[in-house]
Amino acid sequence: MTMTAMTETSTDNPEPIPAPVTGSSKEVPVSREIVLPAYPGQHTELGEKTVGNVTCDNPFMIAEDVNVYYGDNHAIQHVSLEIGKKQVIALIGPSGCGKSTFLRCLNRMNDTIETARVTGLITLDGEDIYRKEQDPVALRARVGMVFQKPNPFPKSIYDNVAYGPRIHGLAVDRAELDNIVFSSLERAGLLKEVKDRLDEPGTSLSGGQQQRLCIARTIAVNPEVILMDEPCSALDPIATARIEDLMDELSEDYAIVIVTHSMQQAARVSKRVAYFHLGLLVEVDETNKIFTNPQHKLTEDYITGRIG
Amino acid sequence: MQSATLILLLAFMAVVSFYFGRRRSLAIVGGPSHGPVLHSLPGYYGYYVAIWCALPALALLAVWLFAEPRIIVALVVNELPESYRSLSAGELNLLINNIQNLASGDVVSSDIDRPLQDAAASFNGYIEKSRQLLAAISISLAGLGGALAWRRIRPELRARNRVEQVIRWMLIAASSIAILTTVGIVLSVLFEAIRFFQKVPLTEFLFGLNWSPQTAIRADQVGSSGSFGAVPLFTGTLLITGIAMFVAVPVGLMTAIYLAEYSSRRIRGIAKPLLEVLAGIPTVVYGFFAALTVAPWIRNAGESVGLTVASESALAAGLVMGIMIIPLVSSLADDAINAVPSAMRDGALGLGSTRSETMTKVILPAALPGIVGGVLLAVSRAIGETMIVVMAAGLAANLTANPFAAVTTVTVQIVTLLVGDQEFDSAKTLAAFALGLMLFVVTLCLNVIGLSVVRKYREQYD
Repeated sequence: MTMTAMTETSTDNPEPIPAPVTGSSKEVPVSREIVLPAYPGQHTELGEKTVGNVTCDNPFMIAEDVNVYYGDNHAIQHVSLEIGKKQVIALIGPSGCGKSTFLRCLNRMNDTIETARVTGLITLDGEDIYRKEQDPVALRARVGMVFQKPNPFPKSIYDNVAYGPRIHGLAVDRAELDNIVFSSLERAGLLKEVKDRLDEPGTSLSGGQQQRLCIARTIAVNPEVILMDEPCSALDPIATARIEDLMDELSEDYAIVIVTHSMQQAARVSKRVAYFHLGLLVEVDETNKIFTNPQHKLTEDYITGRIG
Repeated sequence: MQSATLILLLAFMAVVSFYFGRRRSLAIVGGPSHGPVLHSLPGYYGYYVAIWCALPALALLAVWLFAEPRIIVALVVNELPESYRSLSAGELNLLINNIQNLASGDVVSSDIDRPLQDAAASFNGYIEKSRQLLAAISISLAGLGGALAWRRIRPELRARNRVEQVIRWMLIAASSIAILTTVGIVLSVLFEAIRFFQKVPLTEFLFGLNWSPQTAIRADQVGSSGSFGAVPLFTGTLLITGIAMFVAVPVGLMTAIYLAEYSSRRIRGIAKPLLEVLAGIPTVVYGFFAALTVAPWIRNAGESVGLTVASESALAAGLVMGIMIIPLVSSLADDAINAVPSAMRDGALGLGSTRSETMTKVILPAALPGIVGGVLLAVSRAIGETMIVVMAAGLAANLTANPFAAVTTVTVQIVTLLVGDQEFDSAKTLAAFALGLMLFVVTLCLNVIGLSVVRKYREQYD
């Protein structure tokens, strides 16, 4: 197993890093033994093993021994995880456990934080995304992201969705752009509601509609992976249900990683669940296994509501 | 007794009455352990008594000191011999001045005769008596007020509400001082301007193309009929403001963009205070810089390429004024850019935008209203700026759009019209007030527009 150390200072000029010696997913250890301490605060830097099964069939993104430091704070410790194609994986865990940080490693959004430092290996379709030649801007077009709070740009609904295709030059003429915008809105389940008001500002929509607009904006770039950072935490239950239905449909085409605080949501939408605790990946497994028969005491405590 | 001593004494009485009021409130309910029985905290009863002690006395003091000179002058004038009292208003005023000066031991401008000396003596006598009376009345009023309030202390007295009511009125008074001053300034300028427009028609002032404010003092003087067409001044002001904005807006905006989005924390920590130093340089120093460094440099540079450049040019003044305004523009634009939620930034980056795409396509449009508001504030600052243009732009009221020519601005003309000895009834002097009024109206409009744009923008995200 190779550890690739690297430091990111600038979005546009990544520091040179050694190329990975191995990139094969087969080398990721499977079903590690249970050595985690039973309560927080007892973790040591090394030797923690993730319980369950970090691998999956048909992996698309593979993280190996990923560490994130914010200054001196070791925010993510030795996390290895596989993310499968056409599959929803949910990252759960108490606040501050590093699940959002890990998510932001997957499209290098941590590059924008000055003090953040990422080590380890993350591959997308077999290619190291932290390698020197990788342009983080191009990576983010392949790995889209939906944020906690709906954040439509201060533009019209149409321009919000057209933003990504425009900056990446995905459409050669207006007709093609129209086509992309309409199909993205359609897939985000928003077209019916907004087709008569595409010129109105994106902020004029309701919270749930804004979040679906952000999803439409993300899929308009035609990404391969969609990262969702608590996409429903600012929404009411009806809007949440719509987004969850949407995730279900989108998982037919995309790999989806969702961070959520709601275990019901994780149970409803995901195929696999990864439980994070204080920067460590404690347990990964099939969703029904995690919720019916968790292997680790911390996982059990969390899903039964004793911590979190 | 001196009024300063009196005020100190009243303050001391207020402190003492605070102590007594607080103690009585505690004594009534039987000590600190029974505090909750009181409606308010014990301190509020103290403040309540202190306010009743100090405020009426201070109010009396203020009214007294305001009315005293007028009443005493009237009394003194009444005692003067008939021959003095029948003097004209202006001469009587001079006489009163002399009496007051004699009474306080200052230089007197006329012969000191017997009635004058008597009047001065009686003036001093009245002052003496008045001050004694004032001290006695205000101290007893303070004592009385404090004692009454002290007696009214009951557990159910709503001392906190009353004290807060008084504080509220004090805050209202403080905030109205600025507003009343503004109103006062507007009115004083307005009335003088109206007097000007009685001599010179408004249409000539607003649309006349010739500015030459020298008016004849005597009827037989020639060549100084005076002409008050302010258009050359407005165009000069606009030209210099335009040049200043041409410098300040791009440079300030790009500075703000760099500091807000691109610079590391260390560079930001160095550059921001340096910019603030630039904002803290007195404008007269910028004036030196414009007149002694920039203007000759521009003239030499212009002559070397065959241009005729005046030694005092609009360009020199405008450039330096632009540099002066850079910190204002950059700090307002920086605020506007930082006010754009970081979610917006993340959203754009998460879609695979580069930093510059994020900046130009998302953040700047979102921050635009705030930036526009900031620029409008900077424009009104440039229009009102005086010192740099006085020193570097010249005095000739040329109607020109040539930045290499000497032009003059509204503010420069106000300064030249009012510097030195002036008669306050000539059109020349009054013209300064008309110009001031115009300037005030223009900058007020710009500020109102700028601030409302900024406010509208803030509502969008907070």
